Amino acid sequence: MSEAERLLREALAWKREGRKVAIATVVTTWGSSPRPVGSMLVVDETGRMAGSVSGGCIEGAVVKEAKAVMEGAPPRLLDFGVTNEQAWEVGLACGGKVQVWVESLS
Amino acid sequence: MKLALVERLLAAREEGRPACLVRFLRSGEVALVVAGELVVGPDLPDGVLDAIREAHRRDRSTTIETAAGPLFLQVFSQPLRLIVVGAVHIAQALVPMAALAGYAVTLVDPRRGFATAERFPNVTLVDAWPDEAMESLAPDLRTAVVTLTHDPKLDDPALDVALRSEAFYIGALGSKRTHAARLERLSALGHGPAALARIHGPAGLDIGAVSPAEIAIAILAQMTQVLRREG
Repeated sequence: MSEAERLLREALAWKREGRKVAIATVVTTWGSSPRPVGSMLVVDETGRMAGSVSGGCIEGAVVKEAKAVMEGAPPRLLDFGVTNEQAWEVGLACGGKVQVWVESLS
Repeated sequence: MKLALVERLLAAREEGRPACLVRFLRSGEVALVVAGELVVGPDLPDGVLDAIREAHRRDRSTTIETAAGPLFLQVFSQPLRLIVVGAVHIAQALVPMAALAGYAVTLVDPRRGFATAERFPNVTLVDAWPDEAMESLAPDLRTAVVTLTHDPKLDDPALDVALRSEAFYIGALGSKRTHAARLERLSALGHGPAALARIHGPAGLDIGAVSPAEIAIAILAQMTQVLRREG
């Protein structure tokens, strides 16, 4: 079973326990990015995580958005990279850029 | 994304079927495609099913531009497989090398004493006749087929089935002269020039390989090239 399948299984299990769940997925990468396209991070409303979308650089920001979508915000495409205005805060030290799709499991 | 859609995706994977999640990044909608057919979600723009097929072939998720805006194709692909026909000396090198490169390897040889667990530990052995074995193994677009026996009685039936499959790589060991004769026999079985051109023969990149291990490297390198670079 692939890592993505394992994480979707985990997301499903959390949801069935009655938790709120959001899924973040790397959809585009440029340059040297730590995790390949298709990498996933599953988050619940308490901030519990499974999987990853970076080496830890952007997880904090992704979890914040994940909580917003599980509270009803529409799915969002997040941009991270050194040229991004958020660079000082949550940029990728490796110099790569990534786009992450965040959606709720409902 | 809906719970029911994820359940259907995981069920398809348990049945061993390739699946693809399609995210419409503009609208936020999600579609599920299983084995090339849309099973849940909005209609897909033209060309998307072809792009999914190619993404599966490479096992590489990707974002594409379409009339409906950017779509993210997340593929859940079949494992890479290699079917080797002929439990010969070169197979003893090729089988473990291919396993290291991530292939699930099946070795087919009906001859007594060839495909034995002693000579080939840790690999699936099939002692059925190649046509029968190949029909049941059903090569798909994530499968490579390599024939090594040099014996038309064994190689030809395997190649016949491989040519009627979607196998991404078909290789046949043998000299140029052997290969020309082989193409004539397969042509007589009804395979046209386009089909016959799918066979890499003699199998392997031309790197001057001499020993069985070197020939195995040449074949595995060519499989990798077809998988990763072409198309």
